Amino acid sequence: MSSTPFDAIVIGAGPAGLTAGIYLARAKMRTLILNEGTAGGQLVLTHEVANYPGVESTSGYQLATTMKNQAQKFGCAIRSNVSVTRLDLHGETKIVEVNGRETFTAPVVILATGGRSRTLGVAGEADLRGKGISYCATCDGDFFQDKNIIVVGGGNSALEEAVSLTKYAASVTIVHQFDHFQASAHAVEEAKHNPKISFIMESTIAAFLGHDSLEGVKIKHIPTGEVTEAAIDGVFIFIGYVPNTETLRGLVDLNEAGEINVSPLLETNIPGVFAAGDSITKRYRQITTAVADGTVAALSAIDYLRTVGERRLVEEVANI
Amino acid sequence: MLQTNLTHLLSAKDLEETVKNNENVMVCCGRMGPMCIPVYGVMDELQGEYSHVAFRDMEFDTPDAAVIRNLPECRNFRGLPFTVYYKNGKVVKATSSIQNKDQVTSILSSEFSAKVPVK
Repeated sequence: MSSTPFDAIVIGAGPAGLTAGIYLARAKMRTLILNEGTAGGQLVLTHEVANYPGVESTSGYQLATTMKNQAQKFGCAIRSNVSVTRLDLHGETKIVEVNGRETFTAPVVILATGGRSRTLGVAGEADLRGKGISYCATCDGDFFQDKNIIVVGGGNSALEEAVSLTKYAASVTIVHQFDHFQASAHAVEEAKHNPKISFIMESTIAAFLGHDSLEGVKIKHIPTGEVTEAAIDGVFIFIGYVPNTETLRGLVDLNEAGEINVSPLLETNIPGVFAAGDSITKRYRQITTAVADGTVAALSAIDYLRTVGERRLVEEVANI
Repeated sequence: MLQTNLTHLLSAKDLEETVKNNENVMVCCGRMGPMCIPVYGVMDELQGEYSHVAFRDMEFDTPDAAVIRNLPECRNFRGLPFTVYYKNGKVVKATSSIQNKDQVTSILSSEFSAKVPVK
């Protein structure tokens, strides 16, 4: 199997990975960005972006496309919809195998693998996705005109989307596992004042019912363990994100939540391996923080490459 | 119009002719939304590899898209995009909501050809 050498390989093409690519390519580093899905990561899943400084309002897709075009214009090679099938990060030369048949090498790897929507993982969820179960209110809300629906979650996304879904639905019931919400006071107040919204607290969805489409749910009251069934037309799930780091377990240091542990310069525990974006240990996950991470990781990587280059030069001179 | 690199179906007649003139057709009917864009991206990647399949998209909100929206196979769909696979003029598979590359290639391989994708 032949291998293609680069100065840096970035795994992930969300805002963090694309930003890292832009900085690396502008520093004249031969840079490859590999992405398991569509370039843009979770950014393309955002309907409207209104808080990215310098851009009054745009779609996530448009912003991601601009970032991708910038990275390519500066010389980054981008490969989307590939599977990383092997990672060897421990030597001075890192090896990344793609689709089981192509190998790329570089002295530096930046892990920007991002995250994905958390699923409930209960019976019926996978089979009924798109047939009553949804993770996107702006995409699928209008299928539930005058229907009765449930929103699962207690954060800002859940409460804000519940309010937006009242434009379509006859009723929206918010099911949340705790006795209080994690959402901002403003979002909670807005939901509580909406006459179409009701609440079932300290409860979880135990199962989804239905064959060709969603017909109902089993709801478990956590303190008592009591399970009740309810007929329902739709369920929207907004219960946060999980980092895409399963394949990194055992390769780099992760915390208990599966997030990559990093230094302030976004170094991992392995020399030459950096990390950025939603997959690292941090509190706030925004497009702006991902972009900042991508910048720091790229600049740290460039500094590392210079140091390694200088060290090799000293060693070569010493050996003459 | 959808902002993709795929060939767009602009009318029901477009779809009819595409299905009539191609043995294998994959149509993604959606919007420029979060669940649809990744599917268009996957199709764009695959159209270079699967030369025996016609990859098309169609705007969900255009009136002519009723030919997709009202298919019996899409009767229970409540998530965008609606993706429909035609073989010899007949619907052989339909999916609702986002699909990843593995899911799409699995359907392409099982419904359209047992042979290895053209490189």
